[in-house]
Amino acid sequence: MSSRTAIQRPATPAGRTASALDERLTLAAPLRRTLNKVFPDHWSFLLGEIALYSFIILLLTGTYLTFFFDASMQEIVYDGSYAPLRGIEMSRAYATSLDISFDVRGGLLIRQIHHWSALLFVASIVVHLMRTFFTGAFRKPREANWVIGVGLLVLALLEGVFGYSLPDDLLSGTGLRIINAIFLSIPVVGSWLSFAIFDGEFPGTVIIGRFYILHVLLIPGILLALIAVHLLLVVKNKHTQYPGPGRTEDNVVGKRMFPVFAAKSTGFFMVVFGITAALGGLVQINPIWLYGPYDPSQVSAGSQPDWYIGFLDGSTRLFPAWDLYIFGYNIPPLFWPTIVLPGLLFTLLGLYPFIEAKLTKDRAHHNLLQRPRDVPVRTAIGAMALAFYTVLWISGGNDLIADKFDISLNVMTWIGRIGLILAPPIAYWIAYRVCLGLQLHDREVLEHGVETGIIRRLPHGEFIEVHQPLGPVDAHGHGSLQYGGAPVPKRMNHIGGMGRAIKGFFTPLEEPPARPVTSEEEKQAELTGSGRPKDPEA
Amino acid sequence: MTSTSGPSQPPGGAQPMPGNPPQPGPGPSDAELARMSREDLVTLGGKMDGVEVIYSEQPVRPGSPAERRAERQVAAAFAGAGLSALAFMVIFVAWPWQVETPAGGYDLSALYTPLLGLMMGLALTLVGVGVVLWAKKLMPYEVTVQDRHEGASPEIERQTTAATLVAVGNATGIARRTLVKRSLGFGGLMLGLMAVFPLGGLIKKPGTALFETPWEPGMRLLTLGGLPIRPADMRPGALQTVFPPVEGGARSSDGVAMLIRLLPNQVDEFRPRPGQEDFHWNDFVAYSKICTHAGCPVSLYEQETARILCPCHQSQFVATDGARSIFGPATRSLPQLAVEVDADGYFVAKSDFIEPIGPAFWERST
Repeated sequence: MSSRTAIQRPATPAGRTASALDERLTLAAPLRRTLNKVFPDHWSFLLGEIALYSFIILLLTGTYLTFFFDASMQEIVYDGSYAPLRGIEMSRAYATSLDISFDVRGGLLIRQIHHWSALLFVASIVVHLMRTFFTGAFRKPREANWVIGVGLLVLALLEGVFGYSLPDDLLSGTGLRIINAIFLSIPVVGSWLSFAIFDGEFPGTVIIGRFYILHVLLIPGILLALIAVHLLLVVKNKHTQYPGPGRTEDNVVGKRMFPVFAAKSTGFFMVVFGITAALGGLVQINPIWLYGPYDPSQVSAGSQPDWYIGFLDGSTRLFPAWDLYIFGYNIPPLFWPTIVLPGLLFTLLGLYPFIEAKLTKDRAHHNLLQRPRDVPVRTAIGAMALAFYTVLWISGGNDLIADKFDISLNVMTWIGRIGLILAPPIAYWIAYRVCLGLQLHDREVLEHGVETGIIRRLPHGEFIEVHQPLGPVDAHGHGSLQYGGAPVPKRMNHIGGMGRAIKGFFTPLEEPPARPVTSEEEKQAELTGSGRPKDPEA
Repeated sequence: MTSTSGPSQPPGGAQPMPGNPPQPGPGPSDAELARMSREDLVTLGGKMDGVEVIYSEQPVRPGSPAERRAERQVAAAFAGAGLSALAFMVIFVAWPWQVETPAGGYDLSALYTPLLGLMMGLALTLVGVGVVLWAKKLMPYEVTVQDRHEGASPEIERQTTAATLVAVGNATGIARRTLVKRSLGFGGLMLGLMAVFPLGGLIKKPGTALFETPWEPGMRLLTLGGLPIRPADMRPGALQTVFPPVEGGARSSDGVAMLIRLLPNQVDEFRPRPGQEDFHWNDFVAYSKICTHAGCPVSLYEQETARILCPCHQSQFVATDGARSIFGPATRSLPQLAVEVDADGYFVAKSDFIEPIGPAFWERST
């Protein structure tokens, strides 16, 4: 600041470095644009971030696990710290998984963080997808990113399956056997495909090694590339925003990326990582040492996959025993619920933006999101899909429910079969009505104002509730604000009518604003806690 | 409303093309730049990026008790994070960690992983909490508006780019040179196929492997411990998992079977499948243990009802009815192993299974 007549030369080391970098890379303009980039602020935009952060945690912990895991199916005799399994024959994969759990300092923590973050990864993708669906964020110009997102979901599911198959314990081995049966069930090529994947008849000696390389290299590589494209497209198209004051299709209202948005995101990453780490330490997951090594003749009751495969387990349990023969060739019943059903579901999901655009003839550019209530048909379709999914998912654990709630297992199966047909239309109808009801209430508040809770008796005896209009009113007292798809304040404190909450948890951090005392109040005697007029002598 | 979204022109700048990032234009001279304060420069940069801060507020008044309190909270979170990380490292090194007691009873090592997780979780979460508090309480709250510049490019860009693309195509003459085009298409297709072909190395001919198991006539039925079984070894209602007496038979994924001794009252109800009337021996029946649905071992046997349940997808089979599937997704009966007792009084197989065991596949014709 010494001279105001000429462009200053940077005096600090940081400034000189920045200057040198700019001379070589012409960074100033893009860097400033990045610093200035505006992000809209809403909690629901953080769901995708959780997925991204879980993926980073997965990469970090997964890399650590590869230092100790050996994806070999060579049979060895266990000689590690876990006494109950000592002397038992098992694959090297299972033995090294046990070593990670018992003989690597802190290994169990990292293994459990890895498993927990895998569950969180898929869960956050699913919830993020639901947010995107119900707010219409997939509409033009963002259809491609929706398709990439669906691809990421499918890859995440496969990555999870390959991952939990690796320890080669009794549970994961049973899963592998079912995977083999699924491959076998594919018409025409099934047995050839199964033999190609398992290098001969199940279980063979290579499947763990093959799944391992898919799990640690191929699929993570594709995931990484797709995530990069996913994020680049978000930056290119800028983020969508909810409708609200000053928000249009042609602007973004929010906060600049630096410092507030970046700080909050960094903090959020740390919190996600912290919670996952705490889960990994405090909450046991997949205790493989209790299951024992894989043995084709054994299985433990209540064999369940990780939560995200549960819906396919459910569809497999519910599917009726229908065998199809074509010219003496067999299409096994396993084919429909495990190959055809997910194939159809994910294809429909991926094509949804195009189907909706086709049916609504909506070809416009959309940057403003919709509230679910404003698109009742889409919301109801989503509710229908969720009901379908939920019935499948619950049926994936129908034996446990039958056991814990003392219901017949066969009844649970039939509840699932009938529920799968009945629940979706019921969910559609309920969601549709709820949307219309919420819309109606918004319009009512816009027209008649917010309920104040003040009841007034009119001279002729009628009781009415006083309403606070949200804007100017016409001669009949009806509000003139148009319904715009933005949230409508429904309570007096939403519009400042009741004053705002005073900050401070244990003690107030600020003085409550002084309220002008009316002359009537001055005349009233001060009341004590018991309600009696205060004794002037006391 | 209009004031919040209006794009602001850079001072002295050229009118930006609609749908184009705003161009800085000539802008202020170097001398003018030198005279501008930092705030002016930030505003100017914002304008060049189509960004306008329309509202800004410090959440707490500088120097107020609220600010000092916020500062203390942030500092406490960061310090707590550091202490937790330190505790993690101390526990990692010093806490007894290897499982000492063989079975039953816990010692301090049982707390090793929970403590590590707790400390790591606390450390990371507290850093996050500190940063978020910092951002929320000590950094300015702002509402900023940025113009979007998206959608189709301006017509001039579209026309010139399209013309250039066509010119590039024309320069190669690909449209005219049919011979080149077709041969290139052929070459490309073949190269693509060639790239896929090495995967053929994965292919193994299934042959008859799916139709056969290790069982052969006269093979003794062995327990998991490798012992042969006599009828007197099993009480009525008992189930014994049996394996073929071959190398690795106890780990056989297709030969494993169940030898069941029916209860006396079930013997009269027993209805063998047609053509398999002589597969059982007195009140003993043997079925494949591999579920015909998805290949799980059908492990749960209910003596009283002679029902066999698969724990994976709840298919149910009746042992007295040729292991017919009566509930759940399985369509086929469990294949029956023909058994008899040899001269030494031990159970032996009369033949291999007469049909493929386990999950079905395309070539399976029955």
